Amino acid sequence: MIDIQSVSKSFVTRDADPVHALNAVSLEIYDNEFFTLLGPSGCGKTTLLRLIAGFEAPSSGAIRIAGSDVAALPPQKRPVNTVFQSYALFPHMSVAENVAFGLEMQNAPKALIDERVREALEMVRLEGFATRRPAQLSGGQQQRVAVARALAPKPSVLLLDEPLSALDLKLRKGMQSELKRLQRETGITFVLVTHDQEEALAMSDRIAVMRSGDVLQVGTPRDIYDNPQDRFVADFIGESNLLPGAALGRDPAKTIVVRPEHIVVSPVSDGAKGHATGAVSAITFLGSDTLYEVVLEEGAKLHSRSRGGSALATGDRVVVDWARHLERELAN
Amino acid sequence: MGPNRTWLLIAPAMLVIGVFMVLPLFLAVGYSFMTANPYGGVTAPATFDAYLQFLYQRDFDDSLVFSPSYALIILRSVYLAIATTIICLVLGLPVAWYIVCQTPERRRILLFAVTLPFWINTLIRTYCWILILRDEGLANGALRHAGIISDPLPLLYNDGSILLGLVYTFLPFMVLPIYSTLERIDPRLIEAAHDLYAGRAAVFRRIVWPLARPGALAGATLVFAPALGSFLAPDLLGGGKKLLIGSLIQMQFTSSRNWPFGAALSTVVTVVVLTVFVIRSRRVEEERR
Ligand SMILES: Nc1ncnc2c1ncn2[C@@H]1O[C@H](COP(=O)(O)OP(=O)(O)OP(=O)(O)O)[C@@H](O)[C@H]1O
Ligand SMILES: [Mg+2]
Repeated sequence: MIDIQSVSKSFVTRDADPVHALNAVSLEIYDNEFFTLLGPSGCGKTTLLRLIAGFEAPSSGAIRIAGSDVAALPPQKRPVNTVFQSYALFPHMSVAENVAFGLEMQNAPKALIDERVREALEMVRLEGFATRRPAQLSGGQQQRVAVARALAPKPSVLLLDEPLSALDLKLRKGMQSELKRLQRETGITFVLVTHDQEEALAMSDRIAVMRSGDVLQVGTPRDIYDNPQDRFVADFIGESNLLPGAALGRDPAKTIVVRPEHIVVSPVSDGAKGHATGAVSAITFLGSDTLYEVVLEEGAKLHSRSRGGSALATGDRVVVDWARHLERELAN
Repeated sequence: MGPNRTWLLIAPAMLVIGVFMVLPLFLAVGYSFMTANPYGGVTAPATFDAYLQFLYQRDFDDSLVFSPSYALIILRSVYLAIATTIICLVLGLPVAWYIVCQTPERRRILLFAVTLPFWINTLIRTYCWILILRDEGLANGALRHAGIISDPLPLLYNDGSILLGLVYTFLPFMVLPIYSTLERIDPRLIEAAHDLYAGRAAVFRRIVWPLARPGALAGATLVFAPALGSFLAPDLLGGGKKLLIGSLIQMQFTSSRNWPFGAALSTVVTVVVLTVFVIRSRRVEEERR
């Protein structure tokens, strides 16, 4: 659906060196896919989205949408709609007028517009709000209007720039499943931008993890979680222990990545075997789980997360162990 | 905060409005119902004469004869003020839009340029236009030099030169309020409109203009009211051949020494402006609903 071929983008600033927001990024986004761009603040997610929407032109490289190069197309000629982070609803129009705008600009017949507006508002569960102004809506409702407005013209691709970041946790969880449902019902390709890894794992078919203008890894949430190919990805997605090889008596040029939930901590007195020994330095009770912080004899620190409580106390000498197939070995 | 304290807080504003706005208005209305003192000022008794003077002339035998000349002056003044407002709007909107689209530093420079004329006395600036427009002036000189004309064009002392002077004087009052509304438009709204398939014209018609309209209306009021009462440009650039209401009012308080008639004329101008203003704010309120 969207083919991004070694796209670079530099912003020329007057007083400083040019900012390289994207470095030769290549990505392929498939039809009917829920695709997520995940990365920390400033890594170039918004820039990539704006390039796809056409608000910005790439410094080099090509973008193809549905098979055709869109370099020469302004935003109004691309089959792509955007849900802006700040919603950007038209303040002087009612909810219904906002949703109808895209269709009106396409000169759709009045009857079709009314039909689609009703449909779109139904989809986001805002049937009773058609005549309200954006200012008279809550943040979550405004967000849904923004989604309805972008969906009403039935674009091939919907771009969403951190659409949920302004919402509180409960509303965010609710909207996550709503967006997922909308994507399935409409079959439209969604490209979501977020810096929230939990959100990305929960919603996406595939994720591209980005850092400072580079795409580090693309894959399914499982794939990225289980097989991080990079220290940064391992650290950014979920919680990880990044242990220097030397701390485990292995190749010092390698880093061993283990998830806290895969590490078993048991008292030395039990006579258990493991990869290393150390002492419990902190215990945090997390409700269903307990988090242990262990300082290894070689100085490295790791976290272990296990179901329920156990008889360990701070200061206890422990053996840490995990199944070898659950760890990943990365070059430093 | 108790009601007494609230009163204290708004008292200074009320005082300023009362002394500088309401009081002169009442004085003007009051004077308009008095008899003229031939040495200036007004005397008793109270009469309607000043208002009758609009449409009738008092003949030697004290009978009233219909004479529309003053009414025509008012009509012509209103017409010129409306024309000024429209031209200022047509020129001011693109100028304001252009300024908003610049980088912050260039915006500051351009805004300064817009307000630059305020730093020079209006009288001097208006005289400069005479230097430019008169038969031996810059404009005619340049045209003759370029060989486009042989005889000077009559650029000065007509409605065109009056309009030019009025537009020149009041254009900043249109540009600035429009600029301030345009500046507050979130650029993402424009991107969103483009994203939803709107071309440039549609973005202007559906997004920019509706959001800029309050500024345009404020600008229209700021231009129309003083343009209606203005006498500098009409006197100097119009040559005083055809009177406009501003000059007429001024004359009543100086050479003609007919204060009640001057006051009556001012009252009429005020009523015209207020009417426009009320209609305008009604429409704005209707749109809100
Ligand atoms: N118009 C611009 N001019 C100059 N630099 C820019 C411009 N837009 C973005 N940048 C720079 O490009 C880099 C990437 O910015 P971008 O907005 O894409 O980040 P992001 O991943 O969306 O971050 P966030 O999560 O904070 O929104 C940043 O270093 C930013 O400062
Ligand atoms: Mg961003």
